Amino acid sequence: MADLSNYRFTPSHEWVRVEGSKATVGITDHAQAQLGDVIFLELPAVGTEVKAGAKFGAIESVKAASDLYAPVSGTVAEVNAALTERPELVNSDPYGEGWMLRLANAGDDGGDLLDDAGYAKLVGA
Amino acid sequence: MVEFGGFDMPLQYSTIREEHIAVRTRCGLFDLSHMGEVRFGGDRAFDVVQRLVTNDVARLEVGGALYAVMCNDAGGIVDDVVVYREADGYMVVINAACRPKDIAWMGDHSRECAFEDIGDQVALLAVQGPRAVGLVSSLAAADVAELRPFHSMDTQVAGVQATVSRTGYTGEDGFELYVDSVGAPGLWDKLLDAGAAEGLIPCGLGARDTLRLEAGLRLYGQDMDENTDPYSCALGWTVKLQKGEFIGSAALAGLDSKHPPRRFVGIELQGRAIARHGQQVLAAGEPAGEVTSGTYSFTLDHSIATASLDGEVPPDAELAVDIRGTVAAATVVPLPFYRRPKGA
Repeated sequence: MADLSNYRFTPSHEWVRVEGSKATVGITDHAQAQLGDVIFLELPAVGTEVKAGAKFGAIESVKAASDLYAPVSGTVAEVNAALTERPELVNSDPYGEGWMLRLANAGDDGGDLLDDAGYAKLVGA
Repeated sequence: MVEFGGFDMPLQYSTIREEHIAVRTRCGLFDLSHMGEVRFGGDRAFDVVQRLVTNDVARLEVGGALYAVMCNDAGGIVDDVVVYREADGYMVVINAACRPKDIAWMGDHSRECAFEDIGDQVALLAVQGPRAVGLVSSLAAADVAELRPFHSMDTQVAGVQATVSRTGYTGEDGFELYVDSVGAPGLWDKLLDAGAAEGLIPCGLGARDTLRLEAGLRLYGQDMDENTDPYSCALGWTVKLQKGEFIGSAALAGLDSKHPPRRFVGIELQGRAIARHGQQVLAAGEPAGEVTSGTYSFTLDHSIATASLDGEVPPDAELAVDIRGTVAAATVVPLPFYRRPKGA
């Protein structure tokens, strides 16, 4: 199990790892397990401003399509290009190779982020 | 687990992709005990069943089976079914979600013969895939490999009495095994044990749906309902008007089978976004119909769907699907999307 002490979580099952003004965003292991085989991701272009709590994209599995919500505000600096051809990385390594966005100017977190223990409690793990 | 027709059903045992690929390349085991079964018996059983379904039951010999739809008086589809001719009557397999209404409908129209809902006594296991015939043959007392498609026989499989039918809902070769529900868990375990060496894995409702859609097979409640006539969902081949009067025949005779009110088509989408049931189909930018079923095809590696188009939409119209606000270009392709290799 990955060390998630540096990760924060949204109640809508995204994670964020903030390092100074930079942040990396993805979805949780619980979320990928619920979705099953991830088929397609709709992610914003580099330069897009995302806002904490607002929709930034969508994820589709065979079972369902779900919206993705930004854990923190910021500017999209990088999008994980590997997911275009290999969206299944979200299933196999949700906290590592399955990352979705890297943000610059990471700021406001909307105030409802959970730590590892809080999120584990939320999903009953 | 999901609730389906009153049964708790696994959507997946491992992953939908893994189970799907197992059935296309090796074999998979399905528990389909949620499916309903009814039995018609007595001297008038033939007349009753022949009146209930669109296809011609007269051409069935004992052990033979056929696919049909059951219509209401207006020609709308009440359910899609498989009819088996038995030595002393007929067994009809119905959809779990339709069971209460089918029992009421068939009960109302079978006063002249014995009619019984045997769904609770009968369990159904399916073994599907290129290695399915070899596997079941190795466990069966009789030579089930000799069965032709849509034929069945009674024999023992791994010591369990079963009606073995060369049918399925995956596009692969294989068998469906109708057994007494008491013996089903034991047979399930024996099949998994014996099949392990052949790569057999248990498969859930998720893979069942992706497999049937690749094979161009309809799902009742999604691709058709009581407001759909058989021609409008490309099931005109199950309608045999020449067999004589049956429920819905007058209404169906009044339709133009070549130009029905709706046109059912297969479409391929560019990209990986999945078109889903109910999403709007556009022709030259204008509303033209809706998606009935859609998925990502693990065999073809792109998104596929079936759609019900207004009958007026020209065959060569440029189509697109509105997938949650994003318009994805779509191309009409012949059904099925996937056909198993010859000789496999």
